[in-house]
Amino acid sequence: MTTLPPKIVLTDVHKSFGPKVVLDGINLSVARGESVVVIGGSGTGKSVMLKSILGLLKPERGSILVDGEEVVGMGQRGRDAIMRKFGMLFQGGALFDSLKVWENVAFGLIQGQKMERSKARDIAIEKLAQVGLAASSGDLFPSELSGGMQKRVSLARAIATSPEIIFFDEPTTGLDPIMADVINDLIVKCVKEVGATALSITHDMASARKIADRIAMLYKGKLIWVGPAKDIDHSGNPFVDQFIHGRAEGPITMELRA
Amino acid sequence: MTDFLAAIGRFFLAFLAHAGRLSAFTAVSVSHVVRPPFYPRLISREMIEIGYYSLPVVGLTAIFSGMVLALQSYTGFARFSAEGAVATVVVLSMTRELGPVLAGLMVAGRIGASMAAEIGTMRVTEQIDALTTLSTSPFKYLVAPRILAGTLMLPFLVLIADIIGVFGGYIVGVYKLGFNSATYISRTWEFLMPLDVISGLVKAAVFGFLITLMGCYNGYYSKGGAQGVGAATTNAVVSAAIMILVFNYIITAMFFGK
Repeated sequence: MTTLPPKIVLTDVHKSFGPKVVLDGINLSVARGESVVVIGGSGTGKSVMLKSILGLLKPERGSILVDGEEVVGMGQRGRDAIMRKFGMLFQGGALFDSLKVWENVAFGLIQGQKMERSKARDIAIEKLAQVGLAASSGDLFPSELSGGMQKRVSLARAIATSPEIIFFDEPTTGLDPIMADVINDLIVKCVKEVGATALSITHDMASARKIADRIAMLYKGKLIWVGPAKDIDHSGNPFVDQFIHGRAEGPITMELRA
Repeated sequence: MTDFLAAIGRFFLAFLAHAGRLSAFTAVSVSHVVRPPFYPRLISREMIEIGYYSLPVVGLTAIFSGMVLALQSYTGFARFSAEGAVATVVVLSMTRELGPVLAGLMVAGRIGASMAAEIGTMRVTEQIDALTTLSTSPFKYLVAPRILAGTLMLPFLVLIADIIGVFGGYIVGVYKLGFNSATYISRTWEFLMPLDVISGLVKAAVFGFLITLMGCYNGYYSKGGAQGVGAATTNAVVSAAIMILVFNYIITAMFFGK
């Protein structure tokens, strides 16, 4: 598929919460500079997969390599070094509501990289401009912004430290279709500009088609289909077909009784 | 019968898991309190919040406690003509017991609850995960400044509560019970020893540690949404109040036990 060395490699990753198996042997490789989108229904473990790579959750079994380094069971010091390579856009934004917008964007620079506040502020304003926000919005608090603007601030924060790897957790969920497309464009632009490797999870097919080089589908704890984004419409996989066309009838049955 | 035993076993295991998690949380928190980097801005903000803004509620509690103490001990001691001991009883009760315990309980309600709610909300809105992805330890950034500020500020609050409480006793003693002002003051000093005040301040520091620890711990591990944060807030206040009363006995026994 690609000759570049893989940035992230997941091998046979298992994670359960009590008796509930969420990840049941995930195998995925993301190449340097590639954008992979994982699709799947709600509650299929997409977020758990991202959080396992970030070390926020610890898988029971399997291996996760980032730049060839094993991160499962890694000590705090090594984890800190690995974390500097990552940026993440959280589903709900996860902006710090006690800090101003520019302080949010500059957080990784000031706290993580110990940059001077005035210098970090300049970079924050620049990143805000990149996502189409005026410098004046930097002095507002996150609660004073609309949902779409919060998402943009979140995006600015995720790219502020120029990370090598960026995760997007449902970047367009809860936005109107136009704002969703604006965010998609920004993601494509930002990832290209920074030259980052991107791993996104979403159930918004329009978004997936736009930002993905490759698409993987997660169902019942396993990746049931992985392929180039352009092949998604003739995957030959009935599960994928049902999902991308959003049909209630098909091999995927919603478990209505929890 | 086996159901009954299983229930006991489950309860016991849950208790052990909880105790283990709290011990680990305490150890990690303390290690972050004593190790750099420190966050002077955050520490001073918490010190103002805990110390300065708790003054009115602690002061009001203290003055009425001192007043009622004078009134009660006067009517009680009058039965065996020991009214002269009122001033001594007031000052010893305030410095050794009521000052630290009442201030501790009031601060537990005010600060413990707000810490659990704030950190709990940060947990459920993924802000704590966001901190980690921005290369900042939540322990260093959220927990350590609060615990440090609580442990340092409570002794000051209690010292002020002691003075206000004794003053409350003086008002009732002189203006209501007809003591001579100079006699009341000299009686107050006569039997007061440094250890009486010091033991109270040691208690205050321990209570400050416990209140902030329980607030942070319950917030950090809160689950779910609004309901989870509500439960965390309740648990933070209740567990802090109980621990204050337990440790009050233990510290008293250490200082004055025979």
